[in-house]
Amino acid sequence: MANKKRRITPKDNILKGLFKENPTFVLVLGMCPTLGVTTSLENGLGMGLSVLFVLILTNGLIALIKDIVPPEIRIPVYIVVIALVVTLIEWLLNAYIPNLYDALGIYLPLIVVNCIILGRAEAYASDNTIKDSIFDGIGMGLGFTLGLSTLAFTRELLGTGSVELLGFTLFEASVAATFLVSPPGAFLTLGLLIGIINTVRIDKQKKAKAIMDEKIKVALAKKAAKKAALEEEQNKDIFKINTKEVLTNE
Amino acid sequence: MNELLTLAFTSFLVQNIILNQFLGICSFLGVSNKRSKALGMGLAVFFVITIAGMVTWAVYYYILSPSEFNNFTDLTFMRTIVFILVIAAMVQILEMAIKKFSPELYSALGVYLPLITTNCAVLGVALLNIQNGFTFTETIVFSAFTSLGYTAVIFTFSYIREAMNKAPIPEGFKGIPSGLIAASIMAFIFKGFMGLI
Repeated sequence: MANKKRRITPKDNILKGLFKENPTFVLVLGMCPTLGVTTSLENGLGMGLSVLFVLILTNGLIALIKDIVPPEIRIPVYIVVIALVVTLIEWLLNAYIPNLYDALGIYLPLIVVNCIILGRAEAYASDNTIKDSIFDGIGMGLGFTLGLSTLAFTRELLGTGSVELLGFTLFEASVAATFLVSPPGAFLTLGLLIGIINTVRIDKQKKAKAIMDEKIKVALAKKAAKKAALEEEQNKDIFKINTKEVLTNE
Repeated sequence: MNELLTLAFTSFLVQNIILNQFLGICSFLGVSNKRSKALGMGLAVFFVITIAGMVTWAVYYYILSPSEFNNFTDLTFMRTIVFILVIAAMVQILEMAIKKFSPELYSALGVYLPLITTNCAVLGVALLNIQNGFTFTETIVFSAFTSLGYTAVIFTFSYIREAMNKAPIPEGFKGIPSGLIAASIMAFIFKGFMGLI
């Protein structure tokens, strides 16, 4: 039975994290850094990639130690593992990319209590193989990066009028609504983005359901037609038998 | 005294932890759909942040930094790990203490206490106390008023969400998206408090 279960391929895992279970827009997890650091595309990408790195390491490590850890104390152990990895990232960024370290500020150590990390550890890595867990980490991390950069791109483009990445100006808009870069703008942009994505998704589901209903209707109609045809045939048979009987009687 | 008052007002209204600092958003969106839940969570967070702020401050300045208790090494680089452990242990102890001494309070807050360990507002305030270089008195004022700001906002917001549940909102915007847009309007209002100081 076990080998009959469909294997989850790495591609499935990554696509799941990017679109179907996107942590920002679908699961709505890890909102603090999502709102806090997305004032510019650079910070959003930096935060997303840091979380990606942490997720790969923690998912891998937790899948590795999952059989040794007694289930009663697993959450404290997971938190310590996550805190260790986050401290590592803090030192690395502080040493090699000090600008990003300053820009992310308090949200960098707060990756420890980001619900995505502990959520994936508890929901996925604690009962899957190391390889699957690592790919789940890659998928979720990329999904988070995608969510953050979409939000950051929108806010920076509409809020400051241009989007910059590593010193290059990528896009320029003619409007600049400065409030989008301020805290209220973060709530507004995220609310609108999630709302629009939800609306599109519900629309799609409705359309899929309509198509499905149509198919069911057609199938039912076919079935009914078949049944009617069959009945007619039987009627004919009965008629034939009847006539036969009549003939033999005569 | 004047400075402390300014700090209290700033942390309570102007630099509100939810609407301006974006800490504790998960619980803000998660438990604000019922008034009683929001109040319970708010009070639990108030207790934990105030006590955790004081404890982590003491741990940082007397155990991690070179002091009379630790005259060997500077361990301040370990603060993220140490703080999260201190907070987790403290939440556990607080839960046991409340259960022992005040069963009524426990029945009101008990469900929310385990969730608080992973509430980023707690670790956030503990780290902000250190980052801003506060003295012990300032730490108490900052932690208490920041967490009061959290309680006030989450409780007010639960009223708004309860009222919003009756409104004819488009299906895609129901729940979290409309909540975020309402929070945006609230954040605009709190921005106005900047004129106070």
